[in-house]
Amino acid sequence: MSSLLSLSHLKKYYATQKAVDDISFDIEKGSIFGLLGPNGAGKTTLLRMITGIFYPDGGEIILDGKAFNPAIDIQQIGYMPEERGMYKKMKIGEQALYLAQLKGLSKAEATEKIKYWFKKFEMESWWNKKVEDLSKGMSQKLQFVITVLHEPKLIILDEPFSGLDPLNANLIKEEIYNLAKKGSTIIFSTHRMEQVEEICDHIVLVNLGKKILDGTVADIKQQFKENIFSIQTDNATALTDNDLFNVIGSDKNKTLLKIKEGRHSNDVLKHLLQQNVNIMAYNEVLPSLNDIFIKLVEGTHATARAFQNI
Amino acid sequence: MNKTWLIIQREYTSRVKNKRFLLITILMPLLMVAFIVGSAYLSSTGTEQRKIAVIDPNGFFKGHLKNSQQLEFNFPSDVDTSNYKQKGYTDVLILPKFEGNQKVDYILRSKKSMGMMLQESITNKINSAIEDQMLQEAGIHQDVLDSIHKSSQFAELKAYEDKGKTSKESNAALASGIGYASGFLIYLTMFIYGSMVMRGVMEEKTNRIAEVIISSVKPFELMMGKIIGIGAVGLTQFLLWIVLITTLSSVALGMLPADIQHQVSTLQQSNGQMAGGMMQASESAQRIYNIQHTLATANWPLIISCFIFYFLGGFLFYAALFAAVGSVVNEDPQDAQSLMFPITMPIIFSYVITNVVIQNPNTPMAFWASIIPFSSPMVMMARIAYGVPSTVPYWELALSMLTLIAGFVFTTWLSGKIYRTGILMYGKKVTWKEMIKWAFKKA
Repeated sequence: MSSLLSLSHLKKYYATQKAVDDISFDIEKGSIFGLLGPNGAGKTTLLRMITGIFYPDGGEIILDGKAFNPAIDIQQIGYMPEERGMYKKMKIGEQALYLAQLKGLSKAEATEKIKYWFKKFEMESWWNKKVEDLSKGMSQKLQFVITVLHEPKLIILDEPFSGLDPLNANLIKEEIYNLAKKGSTIIFSTHRMEQVEEICDHIVLVNLGKKILDGTVADIKQQFKENIFSIQTDNATALTDNDLFNVIGSDKNKTLLKIKEGRHSNDVLKHLLQQNVNIMAYNEVLPSLNDIFIKLVEGTHATARAFQNI
Repeated sequence: MNKTWLIIQREYTSRVKNKRFLLITILMPLLMVAFIVGSAYLSSTGTEQRKIAVIDPNGFFKGHLKNSQQLEFNFPSDVDTSNYKQKGYTDVLILPKFEGNQKVDYILRSKKSMGMMLQESITNKINSAIEDQMLQEAGIHQDVLDSIHKSSQFAELKAYEDKGKTSKESNAALASGIGYASGFLIYLTMFIYGSMVMRGVMEEKTNRIAEVIISSVKPFELMMGKIIGIGAVGLTQFLLWIVLITTLSSVALGMLPADIQHQVSTLQQSNGQMAGGMMQASESAQRIYNIQHTLATANWPLIISCFIFYFLGGFLFYAALFAAVGSVVNEDPQDAQSLMFPITMPIIFSYVITNVVIQNPNTPMAFWASIIPFSSPMVMMARIAYGVPSTVPYWELALSMLTLIAGFVFTTWLSGKIYRTGILMYGKKVTWKEMIKWAFKKA
């Protein structure tokens, strides 16, 4: 597949820090892409450059094979920022219409699409209400609709599930899959690693303005695996440290083994079978993205950076 | 441009559709009329009555001290400073013996202290009584004196300004009135609409909708859309006021009795003289004619078009600055107060200058203040009322307009840069120094 968005050597420097320092990556068309990083890592700055709000100090952005031109390409992007914003006193229908028109839809087109989405999300009765009458979750839904209304090629969602109950979160999640299936590319920025594992095809982790990880979720997990296996047997006492593995922990009736360098998982099985141990379950434990995230970011003073002057 | 137009539309309609806007637009002229009528009514009835006992050793003041609405002079024989209160008087006036041309003091003792206007009026009455007495002593008969008094105020100033061959009647009182009113209106609207822009920007920033919109349009488009939209609201309000006031006053004129209307139109045709003395114009007809005649000495089309120009120019000049302040303020309105200070100062200062310029429209200060765009909208309006091109030559007007246009282009450019950085910056207190740094850094 060809890439929809490719960033090469993108830079954005502020007076006292390098918010984005030479970041490159590609996003494939129709994929769900996770942009991860601790607070203050430069994610928002990166997203703002992709949405044309900021101009990069260096590097280039290629959107759909052409150099990114904010004036035109902005129509192709739907951006849902982390901090949701609406005019509190404006009627919801009018507001959606206004924001859709700002994205370049004609009034008739916009009305039709809003009606379609409102119907889909059971929001038809909201048209004449004001945003201040909505709960946080409700306005979240509204914001999502407004973001995807103009059928953008690239949809950027910054923490789209915060404040949503499981029912509505599922609704939005289904919609994200649908949009990706229809060919939209989705950039998904969050701190919630379990959501990333569930949804994203491909992730990039940034820290201190630099890219420190780039790949598919499965590849990354393979890359960071530590040869840890979980085993369940009828005789836990047979499991003691030896030249094949170390026991590094136990969880209920399962035991965690770390297989030593140069040994294979089958060696362990052979060893245990020789000792007549009945094996009920045996599987590899891959690190969670959460573990990888913490491992990579911890100790880099990432949090301290957020308080530096810009 | 298309998107800016959308933003302008939203800013405009969301405000004009607001019930408060309609209420203020309709109530304001009515309130102003009510205020004028009310204060006129109060000043005619609400004043205190003074019953003054006069102790006069000269004997000629009785008959010369004229009673007025508020002053009633009595000449009882048995009153002194100790008992005037018991006898029901509010004051006692003790006149000294007048001899020759000596200056003397009169004494007034009162239950309650007397206002300055009344004191002055008593002094005037005493002086004119003495004058009458002296004239009579010099042999002028009472009847002659009365007839002179009756027809006094012989002369009224009719000033003309020379414009080449034609000369036009001018009226300094009207000019200063118009100057004052338009200067004040511009001052007021600068604050009202300027801070409306600021609040609008702050709302977008604190609601975090700015980021959503800025991912669709350029920050500059958003800022300009807001400024132009609110400027259009202001303009609409003024036009509605002009329409309302002209309709109200023509309705009021139409409600006058037919004969007065007829007399007024006769006066208009004959330029103030009743034709052939056939009939005497009634007092009210004369008064209405005078008001109309005075108003006609002003060049209204010029004043109104200049007013609209200077309102818009001044608004654009300051609104951009207000927008810049709004964009850097965080949730705390206190920040807005202190950041607004450098903007409100020149507005207030210009208003002060305007009040001085109304008295002396031709000083160098008046000239410079009407050229510099910080103060020109107000000060130039005050001067224009005195006449173009007699007081303000055409070149001055043109220069002032050009500097104002250049001024708002500059402030808009400057604010656009501050705005672009400020609108997306949260949680940081920004100083003017930083704002200026943003304004002049590239890209």
